[in-house]
Amino acid sequence: MTVSQAKMETRGLSFFYGRKRALKSLDIACAANRVTAIIGPSGCGKSTFIRTLNRMNDVVPGTRVEGTILLDGEDIRAPKVDVVDLRRRIGMVFQKPNPFPKSIFDNVAYGLRINGRPSKARLEEVVERTLREAALWDEVKDRLDENAFTLSGGQQQRLCIARALAVEPEVILFDEPCSAIDPIATAKIEDLIHKIKEKYTVVIVTHNMQQAARVSDFTAFLMLGELVEFGTTETIFTTPSNKMTEDYITGRFG
Amino acid sequence: MSAKRKAVAEFLGFTLLRIALVLVLAAIVILLWDIVRKGGGTLTWAFVSQLPRRGMTEGGILPAILGTVLVTAVTAFLAIPMGMFTAIYLNEYARPSRLTRIIRLAIRNLSGVPSIVYGLFGVILFVNLMKFGTSILSAGLTLGLMTLPWTITASEEALKTIPNSYREGSLALGATKWQAIRTNVLPYALPGMLTGTVLGLARAAGETAPIMFTGAAFSLPFLPHSIKDPFMALPYHLYIMATQHHDLAKARPLAYGTALVLLLLVLGMNTVVAVVRARLRRKRRS
Repeated sequence: MTVSQAKMETRGLSFFYGRKRALKSLDIACAANRVTAIIGPSGCGKSTFIRTLNRMNDVVPGTRVEGTILLDGEDIRAPKVDVVDLRRRIGMVFQKPNPFPKSIFDNVAYGLRINGRPSKARLEEVVERTLREAALWDEVKDRLDENAFTLSGGQQQRLCIARALAVEPEVILFDEPCSAIDPIATAKIEDLIHKIKEKYTVVIVTHNMQQAARVSDFTAFLMLGELVEFGTTETIFTTPSNKMTEDYITGRFG
Repeated sequence: MSAKRKAVAEFLGFTLLRIALVLVLAAIVILLWDIVRKGGGTLTWAFVSQLPRRGMTEGGILPAILGTVLVTAVTAFLAIPMGMFTAIYLNEYARPSRLTRIIRLAIRNLSGVPSIVYGLFGVILFVNLMKFGTSILSAGLTLGLMTLPWTITASEEALKTIPNSYREGSLALGATKWQAIRTNVLPYALPGMLTGTVLGLARAAGETAPIMFTGAAFSLPFLPHSIKDPFMALPYHLYIMATQHHDLAKARPLAYGTALVLLLLVLGMNTVVAVVRARLRRKRRS
């Protein structure tokens, strides 16, 4: 993979919670229209890493970022960058499904409404399209007015994915999207991640190695905030060059 | 511990809780029963619609009702927006620092200041310095200041119950901070904010000390024409009728009637809020 193909890239990225250094000079490139998985044991900095990519950690007091984060070759932390616009371009799906206490329709329409005054026809078109992309349309098309809390956990997570897709981001970050839902729902979400990479660049954090092997093209293995190994998923899972990577993916620790 | 001893301990514990509950309920029931019994007879349409006559031994208490309603309106005008805005700032915008800790501490301490001290402060600030005179305006603003710590704290507690995932979820979709708060935090916090705020207002409506020096009058044979006029108020009227009147025996039934009207007014406010809150909750669920 050459640098020119990278949609997002970090160079010497370090992150600090107060004095504690949670990420240690990470160089990770996320290729366009590919799925990049971030794996590693609990507390290795996976979630911290992904939250720096859309500057979600900006809102956490007492934290500090060092290094460069590039989106299409431009520094997302440059003063001229509007963080609100950046977060629209880089969507995020959280660990716990977080539907808003609104109707299914209003959840998906939320991002469009805060970013302008879309017509009713356009809203309906986008809601249907994104719910289809998120493989949820058939299950909810007759109950769009119902509160999103009436959905099951797996459906809620797919709703959150549709909601993220509706603002047409370029990159979508998944922060352990399946850790709170059952295996069947997990399979559906993995399936849909596979499909949406045609249109979007995907970064997924997961503690589930099989999931990383199934959905991703590239895998980065982190430990204690350090990048141990980064390469194609095939290489990482078949012929890892680092002993720690091998021990982790074969289940010897973690 | 054996199973039997556990059962005994549980029985004793529950009995204590039940006794506490009965004592609290009994206090309320006895109070209401006493006031309704002694004041119920006085409560007629004439009593709430007429001016007092013959040295307040006959006639109605319309000026006192109107005065309390108007003063509470001024109080609400100050305390509701300022309380909510302060709470939004403290909970959503202010970063944890020494300054915000001091602000919070000051607010908590203000809620412990005796109401008579607020009364004296109101005289200095509103009556004299700002030259509002002894008036509805001065008294309402004084009560508003007294209510602020309550409305701020209650509003902040309501905001704290909104999960952070609503805020982050909104920000992640490209919302500005204010958009996230306005569309995804405030609508869900509003029922709680309202409840706390109106409880504070109801308390203010029943206060005597802060309005005694700032605008409440012993007796006025006319209704106020503007908010710069002095006024009669239910709690102060009650205090006079119960302890200061020249003919206490004749005034006694009227005092109980006044107490009943004040109670009904406060209960009415709480009921309205309960209904509004239930409706907002239902809207949120469906």
